[in-house]
Amino acid sequence: MTQSSVGGMTHQRIDRLVMRGIVKQFPGVLAADHIDFDVQSGEVHALLGENGAGKSTLMKMLYGLYQPDEGTIEVNDSPVKIGSPQDAIRLGIGMIHQHFMLVPSLTVAENVALGMRGIRDGVLRLDDVVRGLLELSEQYNLKINPHTPIWQLAVGEQQRVEILRALYKGAALLILDEPTAVLTPQEVDDLFRILRQMTDDGHALIFISHKLHEVLAISHRVTVLRDGKKIDTIPTSEATKRKLAEMMVGRPVVLEYDKHPVKRGEVRLRLERVSALSNRGDLGLKHVSLELHSGEIVGVAGVSGNGQHELAQVIVGLRPLESGAIYVDGNDVTGKSPAVMNRLGVSYIPEERMIDGVVKEFTVAENLVLQDHAREPFARGGLFMNFKAITEACQRAIRDYEIKTPNTETPVKNLSGGNIQKLILARELSRNPHVLIAAQPTRGVDIGAMEYIHQRLLDEREKGTAILLISEDLDEIRLLADRIAVLFEGEIVGIVDSADADVETLGLMMAGVREHES
Amino acid sequence: MIDDIIGTVFKASVAASTIRLATPYIFASLGETLGQRSGVLNLGVDGIMLMGAFFGYYAVLTTESLILGVLAALFIGGLMGLAMAFISVTLKAEQGISGIGVYLFGLGMSELLFQEFVGTPQSVDGFPRISIPGLSDLQFLGLGDIFFNHNLLVYVAFALVPMTAFVLNRTNFGLMIRAVGQNPEAADAMGVSVTRVRYLTVTLGGMLAGLAGASLSIALLNVFQQNLTAGQGFIAVALVYFGGWRPYGVLLGAMLFSFVNALQLQIGISAPEIPSEFAVMAPYVVTIIALMFASKRRERPDALTVPFERG
Repeated sequence: MTQSSVGGMTHQRIDRLVMRGIVKQFPGVLAADHIDFDVQSGEVHALLGENGAGKSTLMKMLYGLYQPDEGTIEVNDSPVKIGSPQDAIRLGIGMIHQHFMLVPSLTVAENVALGMRGIRDGVLRLDDVVRGLLELSEQYNLKINPHTPIWQLAVGEQQRVEILRALYKGAALLILDEPTAVLTPQEVDDLFRILRQMTDDGHALIFISHKLHEVLAISHRVTVLRDGKKIDTIPTSEATKRKLAEMMVGRPVVLEYDKHPVKRGEVRLRLERVSALSNRGDLGLKHVSLELHSGEIVGVAGVSGNGQHELAQVIVGLRPLESGAIYVDGNDVTGKSPAVMNRLGVSYIPEERMIDGVVKEFTVAENLVLQDHAREPFARGGLFMNFKAITEACQRAIRDYEIKTPNTETPVKNLSGGNIQKLILARELSRNPHVLIAAQPTRGVDIGAMEYIHQRLLDEREKGTAILLISEDLDEIRLLADRIAVLFEGEIVGIVDSADADVETLGLMMAGVREHES
Repeated sequence: MIDDIIGTVFKASVAASTIRLATPYIFASLGETLGQRSGVLNLGVDGIMLMGAFFGYYAVLTTESLILGVLAALFIGGLMGLAMAFISVTLKAEQGISGIGVYLFGLGMSELLFQEFVGTPQSVDGFPRISIPGLSDLQFLGLGDIFFNHNLLVYVAFALVPMTAFVLNRTNFGLMIRAVGQNPEAADAMGVSVTRVRYLTVTLGGMLAGLAGASLSIALLNVFQQNLTAGQGFIAVALVYFGGWRPYGVLLGAMLFSFVNALQLQIGISAPEIPSEFAVMAPYVVTIIALMFASKRRERPDALTVPFERG
């Protein structure tokens, strides 16, 4: 066992960590079913699996946030008990969470000092922390000002703070939970550079992801989980995209779609210099102009929080415009309510499906008629609900859209994310929309549902619907879109044809570099 | 009449009573600030003040010891704060509702205990004024009387303002309080016990509320009666919002409110033609208007009223 000193904190190296026979039972789900997992100093071990496969649960047990029902954890061949994050930190285990664990109003240094032993009691002395952070940021070439409050930092910078903090606290083993989800492709490259430097220094890294190409690029070994069970651990050198995807899903998967050429039709949706406020009160959308034609999918790419949310809401009438105008099929619909937009043929698959997409306590049938419940045939004379017609329509939707539900009267909250999304899709597409705004339509759904939703969107495109696909998943956009618009700080940096768009160009645009500058 | 009012505004006696009247608000609001910065809204402050007021009063009445009076108030306040922490942190009850429960308990219980053990209001010998040697005689603008001729608790209250600010902004405990109130998940992941921090702040807040009550019953008024506080604890909660969750902001709010209150008392004497009901309303109207302009601040704890659940 070696000792090293980084950032003023001494810590022990983790040569080898082993989890053996880990079981975790939640009410109704076996989240971890006798899982064996190990990681060694100097390697990146990728943990791959769909949502709900048990990746996060397993790692939360390693970080002391959950306790396993069965199984043991060994560090350097001696058994350990990790009862809390304090225990994990003491053992040299750090975790970069998917939702950053930073306090926005505190400075970088304060966030690092938070909860640290040694300076736990008494007056705050941040000098040592600041010095250590500067040393580390030099060592890893990560620029950061220790005195900046977190809320002033971009997401990528916040992640750097998380990594520096873990290093400062002496993490010898670092768990990274979907660390690339919020980064531009260039930032991902930068992250990978840091990760490689860390493994060179003898750190052990666990990389949680569902993006296959990233796993192939960074890891030494891959463990695939499915439904709480471990499928296998293989060296990355023996893995391919197709093999990993099949291990994840348990059957062969489609990695590309047959995209038929469709003739672009008339303009369905037109945005003219549209500006809108964000929830923070500043201009979240600045002079956005965009045309959406019949039979095309326009992808909206960008790092989370660059105006995607505002764009979708403004079009469907959920957010007031500051200036500009919106036209649907040539009619000025600026400032119209969501109900009117609905009637004019604008359908919406919202980003937050549990909040804006469904009423989760309502049944499948009730959610299906949320917009049309007061119209024939679901309401007799617009007053009395026709449950027979509603049930029939619902059964049809369940069949046509392959929604897995016990029956039409099941509360929606009991369905899986993928099935809820299919239900929303059924509701929105059944009205034969002219314009479809799909915001993050496959976020958090399993690969099977994702394939299904993608295929449905392509079908709609062939039917002549104009589709705006807002997604933070660049792969998804490149797979489906005909044209790609890139949002940065509320502005459209550029619109490129999907065929000409390589990842580097898009990545630069996502970082705010305009087409002609690159 | 206008001249009377304007003259009143600049009276030294108004300034002095502003400072005296501000004392219970400062205690209670500082305590509430601690709790809220950690994410717990305690609406039961007024009930805790009443219990503190009675216990302090009763201890002084029976033992004639002011120290025991203060200790009794701190003790019962801490106990009720602990109860509030148990209800809102451990049982994760709705904070607004449980606070009202604590208030009603304090209101009823203090009255019951008073009827049972005292019965008829009788005054006690409370904290005497302490004249600060060399300063209290200051004649210039009446400064001596305004600032340096008060009872001990007044000085303690004002000293607590910078102390609380220091604790919040310059100590590790303060850092933990701010983190727990803003992003408890982050604090938890960094090994800070959200439960322990919230228990501490709410219990401390209760002790200060108890002291606020005692500052009425054994320092300012030297008597106890039913509903002695008359809603001052609720104003104290409002002052935390007004002050933007910062101790000096809270001080400013307490001073403003007490100034209008002192003015109102003085005008009642010097301009009896103004209906006293309007005068009594004035401080509350001013508070509401001030609250409308107190904008949402960055210090507002994001996790205020949200129970913490891991995972």
